[in-house]
Amino acid sequence: MSEPAILKLENLGVTFPNHPVFTDLNLTIRQGEFWSIVGKNGVGKTTLMRAILHQLRPTTGKVTYLPNANSVKIGYVPQFRNIDSDYPLTIKDFVGLNLTGWKWPWLSRKEHAEIDHILAETGLTKLAKRPIGQASGGERQKAYLAQALVESPNLLILDESTASLDPVTKTELLDLVIELNQRLHLTVLFVTHDIPMARKYSSQYLMLTPDGVEQGPISGLTQAKVWEGEKNV
Amino acid sequence: MFSYEFMRNAFAAGTIIAIICGIMGVFVIARNMSFLTHTLSEIGFSGAAFGVFAGWAPLNGMLLFTVISSVIVGQLSARSERREAATSAISALFIGLGILFLSLANKNASYATSILFGSVIGISASDVRQMLWLSILVLLIVFVLYRFLKFDSFDHTGARVKGLWTNTLSITFLVLVALSVSVAAQIVGSLLIFILLTLPAATAKYFAHTVGGMMTLAIGLALVGVWAGLTLSYVTNYPVSFFIAAIEAVFYFLALGWQKLQTAE
Repeated sequence: MSEPAILKLENLGVTFPNHPVFTDLNLTIRQGEFWSIVGKNGVGKTTLMRAILHQLRPTTGKVTYLPNANSVKIGYVPQFRNIDSDYPLTIKDFVGLNLTGWKWPWLSRKEHAEIDHILAETGLTKLAKRPIGQASGGERQKAYLAQALVESPNLLILDESTASLDPVTKTELLDLVIELNQRLHLTVLFVTHDIPMARKYSSQYLMLTPDGVEQGPISGLTQAKVWEGEKNV
Repeated sequence: MFSYEFMRNAFAAGTIIAIICGIMGVFVIARNMSFLTHTLSEIGFSGAAFGVFAGWAPLNGMLLFTVISSVIVGQLSARSERREAATSAISALFIGLGILFLSLANKNASYATSILFGSVIGISASDVRQMLWLSILVLLIVFVLYRFLKFDSFDHTGARVKGLWTNTLSITFLVLVALSVSVAAQIVGSLLIFILLTLPAATAKYFAHTVGGMMTLAIGLALVGVWAGLTLSYVTNYPVSFFIAAIEAVFYFLALGWQKLQTAE
């Protein structure tokens, strides 16, 4: 029996003034699936993610969380972060930033336990006290991932968040993500330009091109197909 | 020293100022708003001059001008690429207005000097009470908004993608800075206000690795600067703002040197 759907995009279209980004996008994402979202710069991958996050009102169609509006909790790892070497927070404090709400300024014992748990899940326990400004690129990406996961989302969006990493670190991070995907049944949307990585880790793909949208099992995605789709950009 | 009422008032006011500047300064530094804070202090000068012109207490004029302008600055500088230019334009306009109001009020240069550089002698018990209430208001708002402010200040990208109301938070924060500037200007003066709102927190940044730790250290450094500054000013009869500025700057340079040593190791 197939897993229940958690996200449905119906006839989704976003048009910026005089410039349609994408139109008529239909997509159903089921719990535990690992999707790669591919396509050249400018085809609207991040715009699509913003529509999924309900941070951008689509021009046509709709984005529905299933079975109800409150059942999907999204963790989002963006491409860029402004963290320089002087940045004062430790990795643990940085991860805890995401625990917001109308709560006491200090973290409760339960919240400390939640952070410690996610640090363990992401292999950061030993680095918890390291200032994040002094962490390596890979450690920082893990911290960003941990921050996105600390509120226990059921949908994780990686928006080109591995783009700046070397191949070894990238593999390490995605090994971690797929492990969480399989063990916790975490649904993943992986926005990427890296077709070999997409093929290695994903179960499905969605390719955005200026001529339209293509989707299917990951076995159908080839580098040649992506180049063909990018020709008209 | 404490047998004089004005010194007791100055120490009470200085303590309130150090606490509020230590806390607010951490967010000012995290949000890279030192220059904006400086502008608000110049607007504070203009407001105080307007207060004098209108026959009000300078603090009330400051509050009026800084709070209104912080909302305008917040709106104008929502896009970070035009923040510097917008801030410079507003700063120039308000310094000009301050000079105009002082001239209209027929006050002499020494009055302008006391607004710009602060004064220990001028603090009354009722001033201290007013500063206390304003500070409690600022601290209460910070207390309620703490987690949102912390996330938005230290990880603006993360806060934005989470859908936090970052623009509203920015404007609210500027209003809080405006209130803090008005409070703190009573001792160090409007021109040197950014000393206490930026340097202790900037120094603390090199030693503390949690937001709470940064605040505690920044409050401590601000308290040391204010108390030592007041004492030295009493003993030597030189301006208190000079001593506070010198002490905080020395702390900051020592921290920079320490950090350089750490990096070199």
